[in-house]
Amino acid sequence: MFRKIAISAVSALALTTTIAFAAGEATHTEDVAFSFEGIFGSYDQMQLQRGLQVYTEVCSACHGLKFVPMRTLADEGGPNLPEDQVRAYATQFTITDKDTGEDRDGLPTDNFPANTSLGAPDLSLMAKARAGFSGPYGLGINQLVKGMGGAEHLYSTLVGYTGEEKTEFGETFYENISFPGGWIKMPPPLSEDQVAYEDGHPATVENMAEDVSAFLMWAAEPHLNARKQAGFKAVILLTLLASFLYLTNKRLWSRVKGPKTH
Amino acid sequence: MAGIPHDHYEPKPGFQTWLHKRLPIVSIAYDTLMLPTPKNLNWMWIWGIVLTFCLVMQIVTGIVLAMHYTPHVDMAFKSVEHIMRDVNGGYMLRYLHANGASLFFFAVYLHIFRGLYYGSYKAPREVTWIIGMVIFLLMMATGFMGYVLPWGQMSFWGATVITGLFGAIPGVGDSIQTLLLGGPAVDNATLNRFFSLHYLLPFVILGLVVVHIWAFHTTGNNNPTGIEVRRGSKEEAEKDTLPFWPYFVIKDLFALAVILLIFFAVVGFMPNYLGHPDNYIEANPLATPAHIVPEWYFLPFYAILRAFTADVWVVQLVQFVTFGIVDAKFFGVLAMFAAIAVMAMAPWLDTSSIRSARYRPKLKAWFVLLVIDFVVLMWVGSQPANELNAWISLIASAYWFAYFLVILPLMGVFEKASPMPATIEEDFKSHYAEPAE
Repeated sequence: MFRKIAISAVSALALTTTIAFAAGEATHTEDVAFSFEGIFGSYDQMQLQRGLQVYTEVCSACHGLKFVPMRTLADEGGPNLPEDQVRAYATQFTITDKDTGEDRDGLPTDNFPANTSLGAPDLSLMAKARAGFSGPYGLGINQLVKGMGGAEHLYSTLVGYTGEEKTEFGETFYENISFPGGWIKMPPPLSEDQVAYEDGHPATVENMAEDVSAFLMWAAEPHLNARKQAGFKAVILLTLLASFLYLTNKRLWSRVKGPKTH
Repeated sequence: MAGIPHDHYEPKPGFQTWLHKRLPIVSIAYDTLMLPTPKNLNWMWIWGIVLTFCLVMQIVTGIVLAMHYTPHVDMAFKSVEHIMRDVNGGYMLRYLHANGASLFFFAVYLHIFRGLYYGSYKAPREVTWIIGMVIFLLMMATGFMGYVLPWGQMSFWGATVITGLFGAIPGVGDSIQTLLLGGPAVDNATLNRFFSLHYLLPFVILGLVVVHIWAFHTTGNNNPTGIEVRRGSKEEAEKDTLPFWPYFVIKDLFALAVILLIFFAVVGFMPNYLGHPDNYIEANPLATPAHIVPEWYFLPFYAILRAFTADVWVVQLVQFVTFGIVDAKFFGVLAMFAAIAVMAMAPWLDTSSIRSARYRPKLKAWFVLLVIDFVVLMWVGSQPANELNAWISLIASAYWFAYFLVILPLMGVFEKASPMPATIEEDFKSHYAEPAE
């Protein structure tokens, strides 16, 4: 009796908890098959490097990544750039030194600069700060296979422009089917062949959007690969432990009780 | 331990006797581990160990997190990102701690509903029940303050909304709210005291957990039949019970391993599933989020809080009778705390002489409805306020109170119990064949 109640309560509970988070504005989020989705998913190093290029050449004009240390570009499970490249990359930014108060070239130990010049939001955590998927039936369990959906939200926003624009109170808004409210202040940032990928990858708007979204997911969750590996190990070990304990328990209780009769 | 007769620790001559005369610590450990436990306990009796594990895990991960966290409005969010990015294993610690809170509440709700179904709150276990309710309240306070610490948007606005509740108390409300916040609004002083209390309260909980366990070790466990263990002699008691070690320790550990399997899958593969995306945006006092939603484990009580609006006649009546001292906002706050208070009063509201709902067919049906009611409250608490949801939350809140204030007292008078076994042994034998030896 109680078991039945418990099971239905648990499933109902799972159902309701996530509806809370799904209750945001209905926007169109396109499902992209990112490499980092699912239990075994991990970041695609080449994609992160391409995404970094798009971020650097396009996004960073208005946005910052103030929580991300540049040295982590060399991290395994990330873009995995060689250290000398990271050092060279950092020098393109001018950083005001915290100790001396003087401007100097960036170092790998510095964070990406913040950029608030145009009021654009910082992108360090953007891929986790936007609601993604909530299916099936608002349950949200599809996160397990599809990922959080934050990267998809970014991708959908980047490719979601309809071409319409309007001016209100002297500000221009661009229609975007994926942005809550339908109108966004950011002009369409990407255009065909805007960057020249070193690996010869075609620089279509979709490709660039996908790459930079993957990069921003990494920026928001740099230890995703390690976390999933740890989770997988824990699940395997606990399965073993639970099996042994099950057998021990069964054997132990066989002293005092026979098979269930009723 | 008083109560059920069983073997006690006999110190051997020499060191054991020497120590026993000075500090009977081995004796206490022995009696605790060898506690005679009703042998018919089912799988709903495993939540205690899950909860104990949660408390230890939260304290251990929390202490390490506190080593890297900075409770200052300008640095809190940044220090959490520092934990997530730079601290070795920091992301895992934080995800364990954040999801650990969810596991903690998940287990405590099942633990409480187990108690309600099998009448574990009834004499002689009222003290165990009351202590449990105090622990539950402290858990809510701790969980709430912990959620404020990352200083995201939901942290900030959740703190603003919840501390605002205390401002609704007539007369002293403003002073209490100011005391809670350490100023006129949620700010650095708030963050500092919440951090301090978030560190303190788990140890208060730990102390109460010891008393909780002490209390039920004194009365003995309840069990699915609600029939007491026979205590006439040790032989009689042994027919109804088995020692806690090894029978229930192994069983509980198996259950814990299965629960942790699911827990680690969530932490490893979807750690932000139960979180709110807005909390990855740094707190901004100038931008209110579109929906301020509490964590899932507060939703049922949040729904009760919101249910009693100014257009409900009960609220209007109370407002009229109290000359406006109890307005709609204060009524809602009272209702929310009363929802827990009536649950705490269950031992005295339940008039039936039978403990377990297993033998109370009518109460069983009302109880199922209570569980559904709880889930409905949780769901409606997550929804934006509109007319339909207002009705749903009002009806669901009304049922919550009706169960404790009307159904429990009346059922004892009107209900006819179904046949019950005379002893735990009889119940056990009717379910299981003799062991094949």
